[in-house]
Amino acid sequence: MTVELAALERWIRGFAALIGENTALLTRLDSAIGDADHGANMDRGMTAVVAALDREPPASAAGLLKQVGMTLVSTVGGASGPLYGTFFLRMATASGEVTSLDGPAFAKALRAGLEGVVARGKAEAGDKTMYDALAPAVDELDSALAAGVPLGDALGRAAEAADRGRDATVPMLARKGRASYLGERSVGHQDPGATSSALLVGAAAAAVGPSAAAP
Amino acid sequence: MKKLINDPADVVAEALLGIAAAHPDLRVDHRHKIVYRADAPVSGKVGLISGGGSGHEPLHGGFVGPGMLDAACAGEVFTSPVPDQMLEATKTVDGGAGVLHVVKNYTGDVMNFEMAAELAASETGVDVTSVVVDDDVAVQDSLYTAGRRGVGVTVLLEKIAGAAAEEGRPLAAVAEVARRVNGNGRSMGMALTSCAVPSAGAPTFDLPEDEMEIGIGIHGEPGRRRVPLAPARQVAEYLMEPILADLDFTGGDGVIAFVNGMGGTPLIELYVMYHEVATILEKAGVRVARSLVGPYITSLEMAGCSVTLLKADDELLRLWDAPVRTPGLRWGT
Repeated sequence: MTVELAALERWIRGFAALIGENTALLTRLDSAIGDADHGANMDRGMTAVVAALDREPPASAAGLLKQVGMTLVSTVGGASGPLYGTFFLRMATASGEVTSLDGPAFAKALRAGLEGVVARGKAEAGDKTMYDALAPAVDELDSALAAGVPLGDALGRAAEAADRGRDATVPMLARKGRASYLGERSVGHQDPGATSSALLVGAAAAAVGPSAAAP
Repeated sequence: MKKLINDPADVVAEALLGIAAAHPDLRVDHRHKIVYRADAPVSGKVGLISGGGSGHEPLHGGFVGPGMLDAACAGEVFTSPVPDQMLEATKTVDGGAGVLHVVKNYTGDVMNFEMAAELAASETGVDVTSVVVDDDVAVQDSLYTAGRRGVGVTVLLEKIAGAAAEEGRPLAAVAEVARRVNGNGRSMGMALTSCAVPSAGAPTFDLPEDEMEIGIGIHGEPGRRRVPLAPARQVAEYLMEPILADLDFTGGDGVIAFVNGMGGTPLIELYVMYHEVATILEKAGVRVARSLVGPYITSLEMAGCSVTLLKADDELLRLWDAPVRTPGLRWGT
């Protein structure tokens, strides 16, 4: 089972739709511990990403992921723009000029994206950031694939791990970004970045999972 | 919240139209939202660029001109600009001697400037050095936070490093002066009222009539503590105590003492505050070499002030006194 170019595009469009549906939630979470712009910024960015996909359909995995990354960097601003942008740009580099990725190649690209986020944001586990949803998801995907789980199901497990990671940010004390100025007052709030990252992994599972039955 | 605006979505773009109309000696790139000095690039001179979220005017666009910044990138209100803007500004101001990026220490600003510097390196070959400003003593433990925020020292640094660049010093030397300013400067702010971001329309935080926030950031970020309203004399103590505890300002050639208005506080009250600050400094044995009083790094209509002290040697004072010609600061020839 592989991830075709069409599935990558479904992933990105699905993520854009989820961000659109959850803009108010992301803004509400960010109002509590940040500056109330995560929903609006991500929605602006993903709307621009979809417009770019409509305008210039990419011809390769690297082309698509690079287009997504560059668009996010240019339109989102704040910390989310560079973090999500770097995630997709590193994925693009790891994917190469191919039109399909097998399970290990897709997992490797996601891992490269995660490493990009770490390089850019210097976040560690438990800092109450998007890393806390993304890292468990990428780990879960690797171990499920190693255990011989088919890619669609492995991504389903990764999405569950991302959701658990997102929920686990609630009791954490923020140590990065604007939320960190709150110190103890950040405890008890779900991290908005971890929330949008869980949507990202969920969208990947939804895009690839159903494709298993497709020809 | 009442505001003198048209559409909230157009505030930054329309303010840039106003800057262009009011200051024909500056150039404005409306597409990239960048203010340039008209003679950029200045051949052989290190270019100085800065930028950040809008809403802190005159910072940064009002500090563009001979003797200070070569360009300033305007983000949305309280939101960092994107790397494309800093890349475009870097290309435009590079006179062959490299470009210094002055970055206030906020997660978004640092990451976007970092990406811009990487793009500049890979796409243009322009020599870029970055200096991060982090002078806000209200943020205590930098190990467990995003670090101290860049506030009042930014104004002094842009003036002093701008003078160093104007003298024709190489990039490494201009960066060294900038880092020296950051290392020797400390600030602390307070708020009497909240600010309101135009797109939000409502106050960013609630502050009761009889309370004030000590250690506030310039985006309405929470401070160290909320206390009952007190006279200026007491407020000055609240702000000066942590600044003087953080760095020894005695000895040497004295300090530049800067009392900054947050946007909604009249100059007469800033002078009341300056008197209190000067009194505390005299008691503490700190010599004031220069002073600056006024709204220079604001937070929309927030009422309140910040105090910045910069320990200055003879060289920094000479650079501070050098001519400057910008909308926000203007002296000498």
